[in-house]
Amino acid sequence: MFSNIFYGKNYYGDFGESGATDTDQAGKENKPGNDWPLWEVFIRSKQGLDHKHAGSLHAADAQMAIENARDVYTRRNEGISIWVVESRHIHASNPDEAGSLFDPANDKVYRHPTFYDLPDAVKHM
Amino acid sequence: MQMHDLEKIFADKIATEIKIEPRDWMPDAYRKTLVRQISQHAHSEVVGMLPEGNWITRAPSLKRKAILLAKIQDEAGHGLYLYSAAETLGVSREETINELHNGKAKYSSIFNYPTLTWADIGAIGWLVDGAAIMNQVMLCRTSYGPYARAMVRICKEESFHQRQGFDILYTLSKGSDDQKTMCQDAINRWWWPSLMMFGPKDADSPHTDQSMKWKIKRMTNDELRQRFVDMIAEQVKVLGMVLPDPKLTWNDERKHYDFGEIDWAEFWQVVKGYGPCNKQRIATRKNAWDNGAWVREAALAHAQKRKSRTDTHPSQNAAAA
Repeated sequence: MFSNIFYGKNYYGDFGESGATDTDQAGKENKPGNDWPLWEVFIRSKQGLDHKHAGSLHAADAQMAIENARDVYTRRNEGISIWVVESRHIHASNPDEAGSLFDPANDKVYRHPTFYDLPDAVKHM
Repeated sequence: MQMHDLEKIFADKIATEIKIEPRDWMPDAYRKTLVRQISQHAHSEVVGMLPEGNWITRAPSLKRKAILLAKIQDEAGHGLYLYSAAETLGVSREETINELHNGKAKYSSIFNYPTLTWADIGAIGWLVDGAAIMNQVMLCRTSYGPYARAMVRICKEESFHQRQGFDILYTLSKGSDDQKTMCQDAINRWWWPSLMMFGPKDADSPHTDQSMKWKIKRMTNDELRQRFVDMIAEQVKVLGMVLPDPKLTWNDERKHYDFGEIDWAEFWQVVKGYGPCNKQRIATRKNAWDNGAWVREAALAHAQKRKSRTDTHPSQNAAAA
């Protein structure tokens, strides 16, 4: 597929399915090739909120990734919990196919509450 | 999809202020420009730690030492955000760092000047970080998503850097005659190099035009430099000090400060590697990299060994919750 030509070179977390297969050997492919694996970091800023993507970093293993993430991304109390996942394990949708992938949601305005005209007499709905 | 379709999609995104993300198609020249600029920016953060590191052990009080350490640690973090942003464009960390060490990649020339007195740490925070912030605030709106996000994070942290620098100089400006002299001397030495940080004049800047079209940059070198001069010319009055430029005067017509000509011969000399500390800076970085090689290798070997153990005896891996 044409798009592979363009996506093959990226070794970031944001892989498509084709990218992910390409980069199962990414560690070696990523010339000159002695970098520690790349990890994506997700931070929960406070109890009750979701973990949110904060950035990425290199580490030899998960424990080191968490320790480095603490030093790099939470120096000012930005987090109370950290997730790390090796970037090569992330699968992503293809931006070129975003149109057709998200199209089914476009023409269904009746999914939104504002679609319905209610009599003024109805309160709190 | 045809090539010109991809180019059109890209151009439309730029025109309508939609950020470009790592997996989106982008022209090779756009990618190359970003790799060059972001990695240069990352190197500047990392090399920028060296002149300040010179004063950690000699900071005048424990408070100042703790603040300086925190600031330098921030710079390391900023380097990492930027290296990560560069990696999203398909260059490896090691490649990027190699290019710094072999001289292919540049970093901001300002860090090739020495820090001779404690007042220099104040001047760096106030002038050097102040100039960097001008540039970085603009880059928060750059067209490449990961670069813009790194910049937002950096700007949030950077404002303390400028304040702590001003605070050092302000304290000296209220001190003994010797301390006042030291304060003025640092301003004298750092003023012109700080103005050089904005790069060549627009007419001599080969990348500006295209970078503005791609919305990588939002303001030209000269526009940013003028904004910086206007800001500092006012702040220096609070210190009771002067800027070493006899031509610095308020121009009521332009509503800007006029200022003298930068010594461009010096600028190019330092860019080309002949500044006071160019060799020393690169040698220090290479040394740190080479001396850390065994640590990087050992950590990887250790991780692989542990992984092979858990592969044969799968243990209770804590599930993410």
